[in-house]
Amino acid sequence: MPKKDNLKKVIMIGSGPIIIGQAAEFDYAGTQACKAIREEGIECILVNSNPATIMTDAGIADKVYMEPLTKEAVTAVIERERPQGILAGFGGQTGLNLAMALDDDGTLAKYGVELLGIKKSSITRAEDRDEFKTLMNEIGEPIPQSIIATTLRECKTFVEEVGYPVIIRPAYTLGGTGGGIATSEAELNTYVTSGIENSAIGQILLEESVAGWKEIEYEVMRDAKDNCITICGMENFDPVGVHTGDSIVVAPIQTLRDEEYQMLRDASLKIIRSLDIEGGCNVQFALDPDTGKYIVIEVNPRVSRSSALASKAAGYPIAKLAAKIALGYSLDELKNYVTEKTSACFEPTLDYCVVKFPKWPFDKFKTASRKLGTQMKATGEVMSISRTFESALLKAITSLEIKLDGLRVPEIIALSDEELFVKIEARDDERLFALAEALRRGAATGAREDDTNKFSIVSLNKLTKVDKWFLGKLYRIVKMERTLSENALTKEILYEAEEIGFVDKEILELSGADRSILTDIRVYNDIFPVYKMVDTCGGEFEAKTPYYYSCFDTDDESRISDDEKILVIGSGPIRIGQGIEFDYCCVQGVWAIKDLGYEAIIINNNPETVSTDFDTSDKLYFEALHIDDVMNLIKKERPLGVIIQFGGQTSLNLAEQLSARGINLLGTSFSSIDLAEDRQKFNDLLAGLGIATPPGYSVTTKEAAFSVVQKLGYPLVVRPSYVIGGRAMQVVYSDAELQEYLEEAVLVSHEQPVLIDKYIFGKEIEVDAISDGEDILIPGIMEHVERTGVHSGDSISVYPPHTISNEVADILIDYTNRITRALGVIGLVNVQYAFDGEKVYVIEVNPRASRTVPIISKVTGVPMVKLAVASMLGFKLKDSEYGIGLYKKMKLTAVKVPVFSGAKLTDVDIALGPEMKSTGEVLGIDVDYKRACYKGFLASGVHIPTSGGLYVSLRDPDKNDYSLDIIKEYIKEDFKLYTSPGTTTFLREHGVECEPISGTKAKELIADGVINAVLNVPRLANIVGEYSFEIRRYAIERNLPVLTCVDTAEAFLMALRIKKNGDVPTYKTLEEWTNLMSG
Amino acid sequence: MDGLLYLEDGTVFRGKGFGYQTTNVGELVFNTSMTGYQGILTDPSYKGQIINMTYPLIGNYGVSEIDYQSKKIHAFGFSVRDISFRPSNRHSEMSISEWLEFQKIPGIYNVDTRLITKAVRNEGTIKCVISTEGISKAEAVSLIDKEELRTDYMRDVGTDEVLHFQGTGQRVAVMDFGIKRNILTGLTDRGCDVYLFPYSATAEEIMAVNPDGLFLSNGPGDPEACTNGIEVTKKLFPKLPTFGICMGHQVLALAAGGKTYKLKFGHRGANHGVIDLETDRSAITSQNHSFAVAEEGLSDIGMKVTHLNLNDGTIEGIRHNSLPVFSVQYHPEGSPGPNDSNYLFDRFVEMIGNSKNA
Repeated sequence: MPKKDNLKKVIMIGSGPIIIGQAAEFDYAGTQACKAIREEGIECILVNSNPATIMTDAGIADKVYMEPLTKEAVTAVIERERPQGILAGFGGQTGLNLAMALDDDGTLAKYGVELLGIKKSSITRAEDRDEFKTLMNEIGEPIPQSIIATTLRECKTFVEEVGYPVIIRPAYTLGGTGGGIATSEAELNTYVTSGIENSAIGQILLEESVAGWKEIEYEVMRDAKDNCITICGMENFDPVGVHTGDSIVVAPIQTLRDEEYQMLRDASLKIIRSLDIEGGCNVQFALDPDTGKYIVIEVNPRVSRSSALASKAAGYPIAKLAAKIALGYSLDELKNYVTEKTSACFEPTLDYCVVKFPKWPFDKFKTASRKLGTQMKATGEVMSISRTFESALLKAITSLEIKLDGLRVPEIIALSDEELFVKIEARDDERLFALAEALRRGAATGAREDDTNKFSIVSLNKLTKVDKWFLGKLYRIVKMERTLSENALTKEILYEAEEIGFVDKEILELSGADRSILTDIRVYNDIFPVYKMVDTCGGEFEAKTPYYYSCFDTDDESRISDDEKILVIGSGPIRIGQGIEFDYCCVQGVWAIKDLGYEAIIINNNPETVSTDFDTSDKLYFEALHIDDVMNLIKKERPLGVIIQFGGQTSLNLAEQLSARGINLLGTSFSSIDLAEDRQKFNDLLAGLGIATPPGYSVTTKEAAFSVVQKLGYPLVVRPSYVIGGRAMQVVYSDAELQEYLEEAVLVSHEQPVLIDKYIFGKEIEVDAISDGEDILIPGIMEHVERTGVHSGDSISVYPPHTISNEVADILIDYTNRITRALGVIGLVNVQYAFDGEKVYVIEVNPRASRTVPIISKVTGVPMVKLAVASMLGFKLKDSEYGIGLYKKMKLTAVKVPVFSGAKLTDVDIALGPEMKSTGEVLGIDVDYKRACYKGFLASGVHIPTSGGLYVSLRDPDKNDYSLDIIKEYIKEDFKLYTSPGTTTFLREHGVECEPISGTKAKELIADGVINAVLNVPRLANIVGEYSFEIRRYAIERNLPVLTCVDTAEAFLMALRIKKNGDVPTYKTLEEWTNLMSG
Repeated sequence: MDGLLYLEDGTVFRGKGFGYQTTNVGELVFNTSMTGYQGILTDPSYKGQIINMTYPLIGNYGVSEIDYQSKKIHAFGFSVRDISFRPSNRHSEMSISEWLEFQKIPGIYNVDTRLITKAVRNEGTIKCVISTEGISKAEAVSLIDKEELRTDYMRDVGTDEVLHFQGTGQRVAVMDFGIKRNILTGLTDRGCDVYLFPYSATAEEIMAVNPDGLFLSNGPGDPEACTNGIEVTKKLFPKLPTFGICMGHQVLALAAGGKTYKLKFGHRGANHGVIDLETDRSAITSQNHSFAVAEEGLSDIGMKVTHLNLNDGTIEGIRHNSLPVFSVQYHPEGSPGPNDSNYLFDRFVEMIGNSKNA
């Protein structure tokens, strides 16, 4: 079938801000889909509120509406644009839900817009638990015994029949929010209640648990002709019970016989057919290893995190093909984009093993429960490819940046046998390492198959249900550890260790050999990795796409061209503090390198991103960002230079090692980076320039820290050096707090000193600039709504600044200019300032890409990354059309609002502080600050009440006139105040009427909807058990606005007033907003 | 145990040996299936061939009683990147290494199987020596020169005598050129009353059981060497509804007066897209063949192309213009591979029914 020829223009719905369960994979899928649509000469209109994405960049879609993903906004866009079709399958659950809503209210019918690729009936049948159950029964596919429930009573009756454990899954949620496995009545109460509340339709599925069965997934595609193919089968290392987003996943499926493999493949095809999906779909199964019986767990009728993984694992661009199918093509008419010759209607065959490993935020969220279950907790993931499972697994571990070089975790090795089994049974993020330790203890006594030995593979399989095949592979790794430690290093041992995936540091530590011996054995026996191609066909056909991984084998397939090459180091897995914006910078960097006539090579390990798409760079190396892997690649490719400033802290962390090895770092040198990070040297530099910085000291002992207190007094900002996203940073007000902090911080980074600064209270301002070594260009300045003390990643920030005087702006420009020059920055730099009303202080200088680069690039139209690359390669800014100095101010106002995944991590506080907690962000754009702010809040998804009940509880430093004024304004808007005891006294003293209530009462009123907003500024965040923490959690889980800073409350007040006035926002394309200048 | 793979063009691959300690000469082919090694090794169509698997991790789920496609391993050797000496599956009875040893077949692992695949892709299927006896390259050279590769294994790989699988449905005479168990199951599961005939069977012997239909099986070697099969088919397809798979498909084409030719390196895997030109639907198919039916002249002999391979456009299925006679190059029985084309067995049974009623 040729493409639907009525289509001239289509709308694509993006997935909005990054949250746990809906992350960068949708930027990747959406970007591919936009490109696929435009290739067909169809105009592509994109609506997405997430500014950090590549898909919202110029040149991906024809027009971008960076507007809230609300029904109203998308309806307005439809009305303006009059598209013939809408694609909803590329924007995750957000996209699907929005499309459903637009269909339900008749908007699509009214404007004659066709839902492309996926029908409403398919969405309903896949996502509505009741309909899904009926459908599976009709087609004879087994599902667990279950009921659809809307009340706790129904659930209790069900459990009386089938018994515990049972699984609770809410309908229409992201990443299983609110679900869980209940083994007791108390757990049943908790999960059922939160499940019903989290479901968009107040509905949950309660089902018998198949925990312990194998979890298997298939990615399936189907076209309108009913041609069906599977792209990739995947097997979870962790049996059913751990969310697949939190599981170690292996591709292809390893432990199923062909008959079992085909049985589940047949079922997948039957299911996608019965759902009548045209495009991609993910089907999850549980398979009982003891009986061969299976059940269907879940179907996602759209591209997903799993499809991104399958695309990267198999080399098959699922989103691109799904978009073509949505436009009316059939699979047999399409080409395999990797071979460019063979058909897209085939099933990729892998000649390597792929391991996906989740990246969890537990290092940042110290109070979060690390136990894994049906609710996803990972913020990102890494993928690795190798010829053996062992090597793929170890590569994945070194890709995680968790300071591990292998399976040996000292804290776990130190556990007693009893503690070790407690750890294994806890099923947390470290279970793999605990299992390895158990096998290590087994290997010491030669217990492999002995089922009377608790450390044997057989016993551990019985205990954990992790397949014996996987345990056998772990056993091989720990056995290699023993071989290394018991024998002198030989060529044979080295080769086998490399083949299994050991990195040099691990080999040296275990063998005790000198590095010189290792190097000699390596060089004289030529033990270096070779690079093999990911080609979808196991080498059967010649492939064109240069997508490689390293392994220890004979043949190296990566041909080195004669062109001059530049290597971009990627940013690794998405984590809090290092999100998709760095992938944006890497991709922009690659494009700029290509534009300037160089060969662009990228090394990265994140399967969710655009940077690792098969057609982004000239050459893609899917590798760990470990120094060994990077150096091997450099040895192979001999690039002219390496760019480390786009990949966030990940690539920056490699700077010293690369520099020490004589590698040419393009742009800012390592010594400059080091200078900016070394507090003492940097303070000296600023002092020399006559620029103020909060007085501070670097200390390595507790005693030294307390002597700093004598000099500076409280409050103080404390943090370790070399941090991502303000990790472990805190404002401390007393000796007790400092003492407590130091004990933790020293653990976090004992090789690095702790920095203690005077806390400056004032306005925070961020300046992003590009420097060519002579001049700088400042495309724009952003001002934060929240004053100092809140991490810049979590602050609402505004472009252009609206409270900064010209005099202050001039100081900022002058300072940025002089600091940049003194540091010798070439490329991007981000400077954070504080202004206390009198004086400008420099808080921090980051000589690298920052979170705000994509935002500033988009709202000003200045291609920051491109200019940075040109600067690194010797071009001068003064010759560019954008000039030097501060770039012209746009007439629009853009407000960045952070988005938290608060509902996912139930024991994490969302209170703002110096440690970053947000996972994503949205941008609100309008003509003025108030309107842009309203759009920003709207886009962030927070509920905006216009009157009702406001719960107020303030810490002492905030009991001031400013807070009083804001609170009075809320009263004017018909908010009744409910207050904590301390705040009651404060307000009454100032003649403000309020009703004091207890924490319990507050929760009751929240549940009853009487309180519909919370203003709670805690003394310290994350004190679990403190009642204010519970109130915040309780409110956030019910989607109430929870304002934890008075500044935020002021901005929120403005937004709610816009809403109350009935101002209907205008929706325009990004281009129209930026062109306001001329209008 | 050392493993050696020597290719006729002089290329040597050295790895470790597993399975049986011996040396074999055969034709080197590669298979891209990620699952089903046991079915592949016991598929009689691989007789005389040394199979290089593109998927690197082989033996994960061991060897089971229920995954045989015939009584034994027919391949002459097995080449893999990495093997599991300790498999994991409830059906597993032994490891692949133990199995190969028991079946007296040499295996080689720890070799760059992707490089071997590319050698075959570039050079075409090639004569080679596999050894787990530690032989030298010189010994391999002399062995390879001595050994002549047979192309007529279909003559003796199948049944020696007529076998009857009683059923209550259509009576199907099967010409066994090396049939896979799951093809037989495809017929018996549909109630067919199956008579399995040896290669040497005559048309008269076959007609003596009063068959309602004729089935031509898969098998190893060059279809042109299947002279008796071609002769018998020539006599029977005008009389009986006929269905052929793989070699059976090629034999049917030759019997009807068509031609076959050898592909550079054939199709072996479970992932090939095939389009049915009559329904405009495509399916993923399991394949194992070196030879293909030539398009040239097919229309002159009353045959029509019904299926094409989506990758290289080679013929995957033909049908007679007026007679109830059809065949496919691929394996609708899967094993290993997808079951997507299982409906062809239904079509055959239905066709027999229709022709009886007509």
